[in-house]
Amino acid sequence: MSMMSIVEQIPLTNAENIERENRRSNSSCLELWSVLDQVKDPEIPVITIWELGVLQNVTRSGDHVTVTITPTYSGCPAMEVIKEDILAALSSAGINDVVVNTQLAPAWTTDWLSSKAKASLKEFGIATINSDNTIVCPQCGCNKIKQISEFGSTSCKALYQCLECHEAFDLFKSH
Amino acid sequence: MGTEISVKEYVVRLGDDALILGHRLSEWCRNAPFLEEDLALSNVALDFIGRARMFYTYAAELSGQDVTEDTFAYQRDCRDFKNHLIHELPRGDFAFTMVRQYFVDVYSLAFMTSLLESSDSRLAAIAGKAIKESEYHLRRSEEWMMRLGESTQESHRRLQSAVDELWRFTGELFDQDSPERELVSNGVAVDTRALEAEWNQTITATMSKISIEIPKDELQVTGGREGKHTEFLGFLLSELQFLQRAYPGLEW
Repeated sequence: MSMMSIVEQIPLTNAENIERENRRSNSSCLELWSVLDQVKDPEIPVITIWELGVLQNVTRSGDHVTVTITPTYSGCPAMEVIKEDILAALSSAGINDVVVNTQLAPAWTTDWLSSKAKASLKEFGIATINSDNTIVCPQCGCNKIKQISEFGSTSCKALYQCLECHEAFDLFKSH
Repeated sequence: MGTEISVKEYVVRLGDDALILGHRLSEWCRNAPFLEEDLALSNVALDFIGRARMFYTYAAELSGQDVTEDTFAYQRDCRDFKNHLIHELPRGDFAFTMVRQYFVDVYSLAFMTSLLESSDSRLAAIAGKAIKESEYHLRRSEEWMMRLGESTQESHRRLQSAVDELWRFTGELFDQDSPERELVSNGVAVDTRALEAEWNQTITATMSKISIEIPKDELQVTGGREGKHTEFLGFLLSELQFLQRAYPGLEW
């Protein structure tokens, strides 16, 4: 295998996501980030908003907390629920002076999904697109699949079927 | 003096385009020809309504006072809406909806690509989100052109009649009034005239593949950006705004 093709197989690390991770690890209020690890995507209750790439920043000044999130899809109704869940999680930790800001740029992308998130999605029955652009059935691992619909039950998913085990499954779309 | 529009008004125009088309698409929910299409059309509707929300939220911030995104969606009448007319036409049959979508998707992708370069950073950010969705929409609507164009005589006939009916509403997409031209020269607004040639080329190429004829020398209908609408917008708004008209200020 040539050097070039090996390099091409290494998944690209997203600069914006590294910044996001640095914001968390350098934060002076790590405990608040941990509180927000309770908040899951309401439609996919196995991944947290951190793993999903929605949670961008948490800052505290005095008693006032500002949480910044990035919407996934423009019209995704889950974003409203996520905002409410953030307020509820912080409130149960005794923090009530909270503002949740929405930040559009940089635009959210599936590249920000952590590998742990991808594994949780698979476990939950939702496939993601592999770094070599293949899709395998999350039930049986077969790569013989067909698309049923480009759109699925939520904005972020498309509907596929495995031609081996015949199970229909959701694919987390590349975005 | 007096011919200029503010950035806010421009943003509202873009919000109107997205909201009205989003509403028309949402009418297919539970009416689409089959389940997967029902999901697809509802999802695309959601993307456009989400796009409208981003524009209206920004316009509300520029307005200050008690203005919110809902003020623009629910508390204005026909003349205040400045959407391009193509978005408000009734959904028609499936071919009509998909031809309109294809025309709009080709346009939107070029428009959002250009808006990415806007000197207004918020507009550029909105474009950054919308562009990804438009790519997805276009892939699907283009595929439908092929499927309908190559399937049966009946689907081909319906496709042709949709193109004939819609063509006269496409010129308006590229016909900017002088207030909007002012914002083009500031680098805020998209120069839509510059998008026309490529749009025409793309549409003509697709239609020639499936033997659909583009109408020639067709009279173009305009007026949306001045608030002069077809009779259909009023009916659309009466449904869209029903709750707020019947129970002003109602909240969930």
